[in-house]
Amino acid sequence: MNLSLDSVDPEEKPLVLEVRDLSVSYGKVEAVHHINLKINKGEIVTVIGPNGAGKTTLLCALMGLQPACGEIIYFGKTQGADRRVEKRVRQGMTLVPEKRELFGEMSVRDNLLLGAFDRYRVGHRDALETMDQVFDIFPRLQERCEQMASTLSGGERQMLAMGRALMAKPKLLMLDEPSLGLAPLIIKEIFHTVAELKKTGVSILLVEQNARAALQVADYGYVLETGEISLEGPSRDLVNDKRVIESYLGLSVRHGS
Amino acid sequence: MDFQIALLLAQDGITNGAIYALLALALVLVFTVTRVIFIPQGEFVAYGALTLVSLQSGKVPGTLWLLLGLGMVITLVDLSRAVRARKLRRMPSVILFNCVMPLLLAGLLSVVSPATFSLPVQVFITLILVVPLGPMIYRLAFQPIAEASVLVLLIVSVAVHVTLTGLGLFFFGAEGSRTPVFTETSFAIGEASLPGQALLVIVSSLILIVALYFLFERTIYGKALRATAMNRTGARLMGISSSMAGMLSFALAGLIGTFSGILISPITTLYYDSGFLIGLKGFVGAIIGGLASYPVAAIGALLVGLLESYSSFWASAFKEVIVFTLIIPVLLWRSLTTRHVEEEP
Ligand SMILES: Nc1ncnc2c1ncn2[C@@H]1O[C@H](COP(=O)(O)OP(=O)(O)OP(=O)(O)O)[C@@H](O)[C@H]1O
Ligand SMILES: [Mg+2]
Repeated sequence: MNLSLDSVDPEEKPLVLEVRDLSVSYGKVEAVHHINLKINKGEIVTVIGPNGAGKTTLLCALMGLQPACGEIIYFGKTQGADRRVEKRVRQGMTLVPEKRELFGEMSVRDNLLLGAFDRYRVGHRDALETMDQVFDIFPRLQERCEQMASTLSGGERQMLAMGRALMAKPKLLMLDEPSLGLAPLIIKEIFHTVAELKKTGVSILLVEQNARAALQVADYGYVLETGEISLEGPSRDLVNDKRVIESYLGLSVRHGS
Repeated sequence: MDFQIALLLAQDGITNGAIYALLALALVLVFTVTRVIFIPQGEFVAYGALTLVSLQSGKVPGTLWLLLGLGMVITLVDLSRAVRARKLRRMPSVILFNCVMPLLLAGLLSVVSPATFSLPVQVFITLILVVPLGPMIYRLAFQPIAEASVLVLLIVSVAVHVTLTGLGLFFFGAEGSRTPVFTETSFAIGEASLPGQALLVIVSSLILIVALYFLFERTIYGKALRATAMNRTGARLMGISSSMAGMLSFALAGLIGTFSGILISPITTLYYDSGFLIGLKGFVGAIIGGLASYPVAAIGALLVGLLESYSSFWASAFKEVIVFTLIIPVLLWRSLTTRHVEEEP
């Protein structure tokens, strides 16, 4: 991979994604204003913030689902405005959307298989092996293999959405609120999986309401409020930041890091 | 009506019903994948049959000029976009498919009289002349407005239908024609006899339906089409581009239409504008399936064929009326039984 790095800091890991001055509008209303954001290779970066802050909008813009102004630089290459979702998928970006967007009338197996569609198109015929790896991470999916996706429970759906995304062997995995609407025990399981995924070398952009859990697994965090980044820093600093504690963690903070 | 006649009418109804079923499947496919109600589906039937007739009478079919014309326009459009975006990587395949292939066909047909080819070769040439019109029409008429509302897509669909019918008149003339039967054999079932041609239509339709089933259930491209139909955003996130799915569904619709036209060309006299009515009967079947369910659409279309056949015996003057009024109770039944789902979460 040809990486053109701006920084010469030897400590710095190679950049996967750099977002410069990104703004996203719905008609005349601007939902995200002039955001700057960086993700290094193998890191988990989290974006936390209240409802309606623009987190989902940000991810949609990064994925190409939503037109945006500003620069999105992925592995050193600027993504043109005309870049379509399919091209970003081809380059290794994968989004697990907030609404999951599963194929309800298809079996779990077919959903997973389609996760590898683009790899199949360019000639990789290793979907079944990848599926075994996904089953190792989410054994529950293997049990439900032939079940229709629309009949899965909320937690299982989330596992399927993540599993399907992993089938694409992404370089950058973007997760939009993976803990949304799940019981605490499953949330723990999901975040554990996110932490495990990091070990495989994939870079992760994690958007979350559950700030405490997100900051625990992440290396770096951004706080997004009304479309602007109000705060950023290494997550171990953020968990100790007074503003974050007050707004997002509640007062009784008992964090692990 | 004695048993003999009833059997004959049933055979007629099933033969036509098989064709309507194929068209109904194509309509469901195109609608679910692209939200286009494909009015010109029937034109492919007429084009397929009349192109085969032209070839058999040694003429160069007008569809060749349409293929060449559309191919040129698409090449120019794509080329100008590619030059502006400085991305010429995909141009060779675009030129090959849209320009080189039609030109080669034109060259072949101008050198050798197509009447000298054997029937399978003529059928093959008909397919490669007419089927590509499907994806080409998608590329030019529907892809640029893929995000438009169903109504806008329908209006464009009607416009394409009118254009194709007009061109059909220009290409093939106003008089009707049919091809010689493909097979003279006939089979005896009890006292009735089943002509080989009718059996050919039924068996070929069945084979095509089974092939489509395998495509959708067993191949990843078929699954990708179904995925696009179920959840467009989800499919795009898997790298299944909506325009690829659209092209593919239109190619299949073109194939199904042309194939149907070829199949019925020996048993029905077809005019340049016969396609519309045939397509419409497929559409009634598709409506019975709610433009969503393949099996129900196919069975519905088969019922349409039978109803048409029997009503042509009882009240031949009203046969079309009877078939098309079927849509009213069907719509009533559907509106009463189906929950209205605008957008699936
Ligand atoms: N399609 C749309 N049209 C108009 N406005 C929209 C649209 N989608 C989102 N918005 C607005 O943009 C803002 C940001 O929405 P977004 O979904 O990105 O928030 P979010 O941070 O993901 O919130 P949540 O945590 O509730 O998911 C909100 O004010 C929302 O109302
Ligand atoms: Mg959101």
